Amino acid sequence: MNTNKPEKPLLDLQNVEKRFALDQGFLETIKMRGGKLIREKREVHAVNNVSLSVERGEALCVVGESGCGKSTVARLIAGLLTPSAGEIHYDGERIDNRSRHDLLPLRKKMQMIFQNPYASLNPRMTIQQALEEPVKYHTPSLTRAEVKDKVAEVMLSVGVDPSWSARYPHEFSGGQRQRIAIARALTVNPEFIIADEPISALDVSIQAQVLNLMLEAKEQRGLTYLFITHDLSVVQHFGTRVAVLYLGSVCELADTATLFENPKHPYTKALLSAVPQLKDDGPSHIRLKGEIPTPINLPLGCPFESRCAYANVRCETERPAAVQQPDGSLVACHAVEEDRLQD
Amino acid sequence: MSLLSVRDLSVKFAMRDHSVTALKGIDFDLAKGERLGIVGESGAGKSITGFALMNLLSRPGFIDQGKILFQGKDIVHMSDAEMRTIRGNRMAMIFQDPMVTLNPVLTIGQQMVETLKAHRKLSKSDAEQIAIMKLRQVYIPSPEERLNQYPHELSGGMRQRIVIAIALLLDPELIIADEPTTALDVTIQADIMELLLELCQSSKVGLILITHDLGVVSQMTDRTLVMYAGKIIESGRTSEIINDPQHPYTQGLINALPQQTEPGRRLKQIPGNMPSLTGIPDGCAFSPRCEFATDQCRITPPEIVQYEHVAVACHEVNRLHHVTSKGLDK
Repeated sequence: MNTNKPEKPLLDLQNVEKRFALDQGFLETIKMRGGKLIREKREVHAVNNVSLSVERGEALCVVGESGCGKSTVARLIAGLLTPSAGEIHYDGERIDNRSRHDLLPLRKKMQMIFQNPYASLNPRMTIQQALEEPVKYHTPSLTRAEVKDKVAEVMLSVGVDPSWSARYPHEFSGGQRQRIAIARALTVNPEFIIADEPISALDVSIQAQVLNLMLEAKEQRGLTYLFITHDLSVVQHFGTRVAVLYLGSVCELADTATLFENPKHPYTKALLSAVPQLKDDGPSHIRLKGEIPTPINLPLGCPFESRCAYANVRCETERPAAVQQPDGSLVACHAVEEDRLQD
Repeated sequence: MSLLSVRDLSVKFAMRDHSVTALKGIDFDLAKGERLGIVGESGAGKSITGFALMNLLSRPGFIDQGKILFQGKDIVHMSDAEMRTIRGNRMAMIFQDPMVTLNPVLTIGQQMVETLKAHRKLSKSDAEQIAIMKLRQVYIPSPEERLNQYPHELSGGMRQRIVIAIALLLDPELIIADEPTTALDVTIQADIMELLLELCQSSKVGLILITHDLGVVSQMTDRTLVMYAGKIIESGRTSEIINDPQHPYTQGLINALPQQTEPGRRLKQIPGNMPSLTGIPDGCAFSPRCEFATDQCRITPPEIVQYEHVAVACHEVNRLHHVTSKGLDK
């Protein structure tokens, strides 16, 4: 680990944006308007002006509902997508404009775990082959025996018996497969792991096994995590800080304990109240009106304005900026800023 | 008379030369207007139970033995024609994924009118009026316009509300909801659950809610069945099961939730995996994963025993009760 520049965050996103073109071909962009043919390009604004930083050794959780841009953020960081605007810095160096080839040394430091372990392991490769591949690729100097040792060591550390290495993925259960997927990420000794909904596809009892494994790996290897999830109870357990995303924008960023004790943004409040609790009599959530607007025509003002009970004219016309609160959390909300959220 | 009585229901799947048991000895009752939760992990047999109750099992699955009495009539041996008068009419089912449940090439209106006309003699315009009323009941904005829309024009939450409206069309006495919100976001899940609860309470509809989410069960239901490897292992009032679970598996499920552990600490995990149907262990199916398992557990399957508040199938619980009741005698 690099310890001589501790003041710099490991990962820094500055005003990152990602837009996807909705109309792919030239003909699709031609529309009739008022008797004239015009060219119109529609875009999906998946991520809008997101600024985040991840400190070494922390687990930053990104939460939000489907379509809010969580996975796009993960893919942008991993270099699987290029941002439309903004910069991404890793360990002080800009990484978003690098070529595939220049990204290679980074792939060793930064690994990704995906949601579905049925899709992320190649069904025609044995576990041994799947685990060997990244080691051989990133450290070609190792001898065959060293590679084998490395694979066996990682398999042991995720609780999969190394003698099963000749088996194929279909011979394992979902929980075991996800552990193998984690093992694959760990084989190259990364320092940063991007986990995109790593436990959402698993059963409750298996979720605990995989979460424990990720916590252990964090302690033993000093890993830093970016953890994408929609499950807030997992966030409370796993995260050190939380970023709440809505329609591609960060609406609240705070320490986990602060966020759960004292959520400030109206959307965060609604989201927290919607989590079904044990030992609770009947639902008591904050009902949001309407539905998430489409990210094609973004609202001019606050993205949450159409569903917010506290919205006024200013929210409709002016996009709120993230403002630092006395307890250190960042909140993008005019109502919080003007202190008219009395309930 | 209870609305639904299931007696010793067993479901098997035929293989080439033998059959595997998917459900064994399922016994429960549902009173009119009662809400029952069925919890368990994937492979526990929750959904098969739902399908069996609707008499929807298709080959190779079949009901091997047992009775399903719906309003006193056994539906297991009903003819298809008889079953059609009940299914969708007196009992309705809501499935997990509304995109798969709704027909993508028919408008919402066509699908709702079709369902109504299959069971009642109605004119098209009368049927549409009922459809609009039901859509309004599930809080669909501008229902008249929705009738002409196709499923793909609506969001996931809206689609699931339409599925609920279709289930309610003929005022059924029983709704079976199989993971109705698993595919939806938490805020929409909360909306849908509140809606279901409200509908069940206001019109005394019985609800069987199949889910893996203990939080949802504790908010929605009066009673809960916990299933493991095709059997009911614990049943009782939902509050009792959540607050004071008896079976080690139920305890394990609840303790594994992140809310039950201090942030950053190791979660209490259940070792191992749910066995597959072809490899269910002898004795208690949970014994290989159970910390209390003894030789007795590995040999004899435990019978379900009714205690004060709950019914449990576990040798360890029986032993503990035996010890405490002996202690009390002295």
